[in-house]
Amino acid sequence: MRILVAMSGGVDSSVVAARLQAEGHEVVGATLQLYDARGAAKKGACCAGQDIRDARAVADRLGFPHYVIDAERRFQDSVIERFADAYAAGETPVPCVACNQGVKFTDLLGLAKEIGADAMATGHYVRRIEGPQGAELHRPVDSERDQSWFLFATTRDQLEYLRFPLGDMPDKAAVRAEAEKYGLLVAGKPDSQDLCFVSDGSYVDLVESMHPEMAGAGEIVDASGNVVGQHEGVMRFTVGQSKRLGNAARLNGERQMVVGVEPASRRVIIGPRAHSFVDTLRVRDVNWLVDAPPEGLSCRVQMRAREVPRPAHIIPTPKGALVQLTEPAMPAPGQACVFYDGTRILGGGFICRTESATAA
Amino acid sequence: MTASAHGSPSQPRVVYLDANATEPLRPQAREALLEAAELEGNPSSVHRAGRMARALLEQARDTVAQAFEVAPLNCIFTSGGTEANVLAMHGLGHGRRFLVGATEHDAVRKGAPAGADVAVLPVEASGQVKLDCLEQALAASDVPAFVCLMLANNETGVLHPVAEAAALCARYGAHLHVDAVQAAGRMVFSVPQSGVGSLAISGHKMGGPKGAGALLLAGPAPARLQPLFEGGGQEQGRRGGTQPLPAIAGLAAALSASLQSPRDLSGLRNTLEEAAQKAGAKVCGAQAPRLGNTSSLILPGRKAQTQLMRLDLAHICVSAGSACSSGKVAYSHVLQAMGFGEQAGEAIRVSLPWNVQEEDIHHFVQAYERMAQSATPALGL
Repeated sequence: MRILVAMSGGVDSSVVAARLQAEGHEVVGATLQLYDARGAAKKGACCAGQDIRDARAVADRLGFPHYVIDAERRFQDSVIERFADAYAAGETPVPCVACNQGVKFTDLLGLAKEIGADAMATGHYVRRIEGPQGAELHRPVDSERDQSWFLFATTRDQLEYLRFPLGDMPDKAAVRAEAEKYGLLVAGKPDSQDLCFVSDGSYVDLVESMHPEMAGAGEIVDASGNVVGQHEGVMRFTVGQSKRLGNAARLNGERQMVVGVEPASRRVIIGPRAHSFVDTLRVRDVNWLVDAPPEGLSCRVQMRAREVPRPAHIIPTPKGALVQLTEPAMPAPGQACVFYDGTRILGGGFICRTESATAA
Repeated sequence: MTASAHGSPSQPRVVYLDANATEPLRPQAREALLEAAELEGNPSSVHRAGRMARALLEQARDTVAQAFEVAPLNCIFTSGGTEANVLAMHGLGHGRRFLVGATEHDAVRKGAPAGADVAVLPVEASGQVKLDCLEQALAASDVPAFVCLMLANNETGVLHPVAEAAALCARYGAHLHVDAVQAAGRMVFSVPQSGVGSLAISGHKMGGPKGAGALLLAGPAPARLQPLFEGGGQEQGRRGGTQPLPAIAGLAAALSASLQSPRDLSGLRNTLEEAAQKAGAKVCGAQAPRLGNTSSLILPGRKAQTQLMRLDLAHICVSAGSACSSGKVAYSHVLQAMGFGEQAGEAIRVSLPWNVQEEDIHHFVQAYERMAQSATPALGL
């Protein structure tokens, strides 16, 4: 069948393209240009000028058509601006989810359908398993490279159309070996890491340039509003964090942590670590990959990119879901709360701020 | 087209309809190219081998100069159309203010020297320059103007009223430079009769090899002009660097061949346009005089990029607006200037090559109809 392969120019998506072609499929390669390659794109990150060149070289070598898709404006609007706006609203966003959800699995997938492709494949490390009720989304075999948390917002329709051939790979070495087998020059290319659209990890500068009101030092306050310290910028703080609090890290003999961020007043609010955890949280924009029972379901939830999932009970609500944690925790607004049953993703949503929790 | 372009029975036929990007090499140009490549001399050398190379170079210069009715010493060979345009703007436009047509190629739109005073001349909905606006702009200042208008547009094929513009320029003491990259070889044009001051052409747009172009000057022979780079003083000190003789000989041969056996492609183009219109397309610039080979087709609701991909996957080569070096498809500034708004991102350009066959048109129409009839896309890219 005709399959559109989303190619970043890295080894993973290149192997996907090569393998699908070797299996006899008609492969069409596409690389999203997300920002001007001459700009301050980060070295070693996805989709800069060199990466487009690499993707093209793979396609030329294997002899299938490859296209560069201009997604600069969409990426700016749907990922970068939303990323900055979320920080300005006191949240800690996950831009990779927004990118997968919008530019990749809505826009590029729509384009794949329009050019008559029967499926779209990516190099993500996640497994798609045909189940009795349709396609299921699972953690990959290689837990080191698990990207399932970032893909929770993939809808059931999208999942039907998508393919993730690398989900069964045991480790990255096996992927590189396969790239060698196909003679791909990208076999030894370093992995991309962190945010692709900021140079030198300085997302702080980027957000502050878009929201100048957030730039600069501010106060650290306790729950009653007493000033207990100073900080160098609200951008550096996420709910749940204890680092960078200076002398305020311990007050009255109790360890403190961030319990809220107020960008408009540039205030970081802290509270005692022992008493600030919550056992209930609300999530919005929930994507269900199963038919959610109205009475709710028990499963495990993962609220950060890298953490061990914890037991919880999820109750669907009109605008999202209510998550009841078995053990209290400190969820960070804007991060994803993904529901797992073993390796399978059941659904997930974005963690609401406490003041907006009633809205969900 | 060659046998390889048509493919073997197992390979699908590739239909090439992107002549305005580059014309297929003409056999006469290929012959001249190979012959010139065999010569070992540098045209600037005094010895026998140099003289043979020089003789061929000057023969090519005579051919090109004659075709546009300028003195041979007023034909300056360059690396191509972009350099010819930029050489004119820098070398002749010094101290002048620039008036540049809104639909000009980027070579000209971005060709003025840094810091120069550049104003844009608007066009009618047809794509032709607004002559009243040109006159207003000419009259607006005593600083002599350097006006840039293309003979034929690369995206729509629309012809500017160059003779009328030249008369206006003459009245106001302005220099009119004409980018004839798309028109050269596709229509007869005389520099003295039209009254233009300078003219740029490119070899590969006429069926010659890539790598050579020329700037033709009206005025005295040899006319003075500041070189972009002096180098060894070649081309009468107006363009440094050893001339690429094979590309130049190929350019001259392609120009001769195209003018000696002109082929009117407008019949085939009209057949194509009628079918496309039936399928829902809008033809841009159809109300203006146009090149016979060029067609700009808007398919409402379909992004140009997707149209190109679909047609390419059906083995049909066409293009859109302009492609940047990364290959991504940009908005067409030409169609925006003509007032098409968002639809400027929904047009493809079909340009028939000198060797197009009726069968090619048939293949295109079939693929275009299939595309137009398929489900309309979701929003997004």
